[in-house]
Amino acid sequence: MPCARRAGTNREASMNRRNLIASVAAMTTISLALPSWAQDEPLKVGFIYVGPVSDGGWTYQHDQGRLAVEQEFGDRVETTYLENVPEGVDAERALTQLALAGNDVIYATSFGYMDAVINVAAKFPDVKFEHNTGYKRADNVGTYDGRFYEGRAVTGTIAGRMTKSNKIGYIATFPIPEVIQGINSAYIHARKVNPDVEMRVVWAYSWFDPAKEADAANALMAEGVDVILQHTNSTAPLAQLQKAGKIGFGQASDMASFAPTPRVSSVYNNWGAHYVKSVGRILDGTWKPEAIWGGIGDGIVAIGEITEAVPAEVKAEAEALRDKIAAGEYHPFTGPLNKADGSVWLAEGQTATDEDLSGMNFYVEGITAELPQ
Amino acid sequence: MIDPVALFLMLLTASTPILFAALGELVAERAGVLNLGVEGMMITGALAGFAAAYHSGNPVLGFAAAALAGALIALPFAVLTQFLLSNQVASGLALTLFGLGLAALFGKPMEGVKAPTMAPGPLGLHWIVWLGLLMVPLIWWFLNRSRAGLILRGVGENHDAAHALGYDVRRVRIAAIAFGGAMAGIGGAFISVATVLQWTEGMTAGAGWIALAIVVFSNWTAPGVLAGAWLFGGVTVLQLRLQAAGVRVPVQLLSMAPYLATIVVLVAISARQKFSRRAGSTAPGSLGQDFHALR
Amino acid sequence: MIRLVPRTDTPALLQGSTPVLAVLATMLAGGLLFAIMGYDPVTAIRTIFWDPLFGPAASYSRPQLLVKAAPLILIASGLAVGFRAGIWNIGAEGQYIIGAICGAAVALAAYPAPEMWIFPAMVIAGAAGGWAWGMIPALLRNWFGASEILVSLMLVYVAQRIAAWMAFGPMKNPEGFGMPGSRNLQQYPAAANPELIVGTGAHWGVVAAVLAVLATWFLMSRHIRGFHIRAAGTAPRAARFAGVKPETLVAFCLGLSGALAGMAGLFEVAGPAGQITDKIGVGYGFTAIIVAFLGRLHPLGILLAGLLLALTYIGGELAQLTLNLPGATVQVFQGMLLFFLLGFDLLTRYRITRRIAA
Repeated sequence: MPCARRAGTNREASMNRRNLIASVAAMTTISLALPSWAQDEPLKVGFIYVGPVSDGGWTYQHDQGRLAVEQEFGDRVETTYLENVPEGVDAERALTQLALAGNDVIYATSFGYMDAVINVAAKFPDVKFEHNTGYKRADNVGTYDGRFYEGRAVTGTIAGRMTKSNKIGYIATFPIPEVIQGINSAYIHARKVNPDVEMRVVWAYSWFDPAKEADAANALMAEGVDVILQHTNSTAPLAQLQKAGKIGFGQASDMASFAPTPRVSSVYNNWGAHYVKSVGRILDGTWKPEAIWGGIGDGIVAIGEITEAVPAEVKAEAEALRDKIAAGEYHPFTGPLNKADGSVWLAEGQTATDEDLSGMNFYVEGITAELPQ
Repeated sequence: MIDPVALFLMLLTASTPILFAALGELVAERAGVLNLGVEGMMITGALAGFAAAYHSGNPVLGFAAAALAGALIALPFAVLTQFLLSNQVASGLALTLFGLGLAALFGKPMEGVKAPTMAPGPLGLHWIVWLGLLMVPLIWWFLNRSRAGLILRGVGENHDAAHALGYDVRRVRIAAIAFGGAMAGIGGAFISVATVLQWTEGMTAGAGWIALAIVVFSNWTAPGVLAGAWLFGGVTVLQLRLQAAGVRVPVQLLSMAPYLATIVVLVAISARQKFSRRAGSTAPGSLGQDFHALR
Repeated sequence: MIRLVPRTDTPALLQGSTPVLAVLATMLAGGLLFAIMGYDPVTAIRTIFWDPLFGPAASYSRPQLLVKAAPLILIASGLAVGFRAGIWNIGAEGQYIIGAICGAAVALAAYPAPEMWIFPAMVIAGAAGGWAWGMIPALLRNWFGASEILVSLMLVYVAQRIAAWMAFGPMKNPEGFGMPGSRNLQQYPAAANPELIVGTGAHWGVVAAVLAVLATWFLMSRHIRGFHIRAAGTAPRAARFAGVKPETLVAFCLGLSGALAGMAGLFEVAGPAGQITDKIGVGYGFTAIIVAFLGRLHPLGILLAGLLLALTYIGGELAQLTLNLPGATVQVFQGMLLFFLLGFDLLTRYRITRRIAA
């Protein structure tokens, strides 16, 4: 994940460079040759998506980011994308196709593309790559990700204030650090405004399975939960909340068609903020392979409009928290915080390091469920 | 504690899409047709139902359109297997590919809009849930008590004998395939029109394949299909419900259990038939075989 | 009134020309679809069928055809042997997954040992895993009469869940920051299945696919077992009289196709895919059924059919890149291709005559 240890990275990159293949290298010259006469040619920007552009969630948001790049730079850029590219066998070919098509920069938008990106980048040293949510980098490979837990701090606050049963639910996807950060952050901030709050977690083991997500929402509501945060990408939980008259939050995209209720706010990824900055740096020649982990302040994590279903003072409180996080005045993981087993994690006033967060594999104290391993 | 009544009501809703699809496949298989295209027909129904519900503002029309679309998309399969005598396994797989692809292409204009809702029926359950439950005795009655059902079973059991008796094997099978498509279409539309209220590519997420397993589990009977739909739906609902209650569950192991149970059931009924020579299985004798009048 | 008369003998010309007709019909129908969607049909068809072979980046995409086609051909040549005998293994997807897991298990257990025996042992483990997974439906059919179609299909779902369990549990990369998926075998030289000759795309899976085509061709046309298989498929009763034991054939066909599918899984996980994840099964097992039929269950036909299907995948990607054609187009295309092929198949098996009024 984002702040990776660089140790393994360079070794792998150099190992792949050894596989440098004569014929591909020869072909690369086609794309190498481009920039030299390309001053007036548009910068070619390629994207590879794991889902369909129409998924209304993860891939949709990346494609919105692509459109933001077109909007910002007009005919100075030319964008293309490949959708529905499975992780694994097809990713390396798809990335190579994009590189051969003359793209100057390629954004790979799923964790599972990581090794493929490193392999292909070694063969195309003059093409720039950025890999979303990964932790391996090289001379021409940067990474970027969002601090979604910052957004969860805000929605967690709203959830803690809005619950009447003092039970809030979280529909989780897979037990990976990003999701565990989200659960912990939401719980910490709900508890901060409502010490009696309990958190229930259901693992769907899927990023997108509408029927199962609906079942998960119903299972949580049957347990007395009346506010649901979701990490999965479909609107199915919101549809169930609407029927039951309970509330939840948009995820991955704004899901505004379910506003003002059941969707009272949302956390979504505004990748355009990053893509515009990144493409801008390539255009002015200042791009470097970096590990970018941006949050609310960078505009990468966005909080959707808080609707009138939320009382004004709660809305003000949530927005104040959002602004403090954005300004860098507050870190959502600030001590004193204990782990679920009772051991001390962060002392009073201490904040979590990025290393801590990127390998997070524990619940904070107060979440009683066991974390699946 | 977990309220068993509430859990059961959840189960009824959760199992509705697979119940519809499996009941449709049951009728097709009893007529001797193995249609592996259920997923393709479901997704077509999900799109058509959603589009019709959205444009008309009336979910009932949506479900009607889904049934029609499901039956229509099954037509190429019917023509191939019944007139052109193509292999049913391959034709069914082609139908799945075709349906998934076509729905994705034609679904583009439907993205991001929301379906109208309708008032729930008794016990707060969707009317379609009740319709699904009603279909179980209806199909049971049709298969076991009606004359048309007798002919359909005869066609599935031994198409040559049925043909010799003067029944139009092809017409019966095409009707059964179309019915299977219509039911799968309704099942798919339940996901888009009643559960999610939005259209997204690939939203049936493998439900059609589960329906195929349920028919095997059912030993080719309508009550068996209901039991199978509840088993498969029940395992998901129960594990999610247990998780919500804070119980740790081995999700992957639990989710393969219904499939193992299906194999056990299949083996048991096959063995009973093989060793005791009693009519233990209702598996149709001509399932998956081509019928050609001259043979 | 039109009526069908079974052919006793199919002319070779017809046998070979129906797939070509099917491809042409798919181009026509596909072109119509593109025109409706507002794309230039000629450009779209050219991008999908021509550019991967002869377009500007063809020197890259031609070898990629081999990479994409190899697992399809390897699986399909095993399946076709069974299909000829009327033994329907539709669970190759499951055998592929189990083969990948078993092969990867050897590598992960041996990691980081550099010994030479590791890769061969993985191949054996992969084949054995696929074979064992294929033998389950075979034995259940032989012992209890359970349908191998249904059992093998059910076992696909079980295999998929085992893969997810492995990726999140026992096989999870200990250095992977808690993310699902095993170590990447591409980066473990003793276990990797790399490109053998630079620039050709050919890895051991491609070699195995070619060998499988040759071996099944030999089996079906030169070996007594192949004769039995064909006899069992066309005239089961006569075959039984000739002393062919159906149980032996069931075990042989399911075991063979399972072993080949398992090997395909292993070559993918050690090569192009690299690691065990919950998405290790990408549908090759089901697509291979299409390939087997597209190739008319003949080894050489399967070779061509595998390449053709690979062409639609890669051409479909190109069409996305250059024409912004939606990704789902490929699925529609493959569905249509199979529909047409199965339809035209009729011509090879039956003659169409006019019924003379009696």
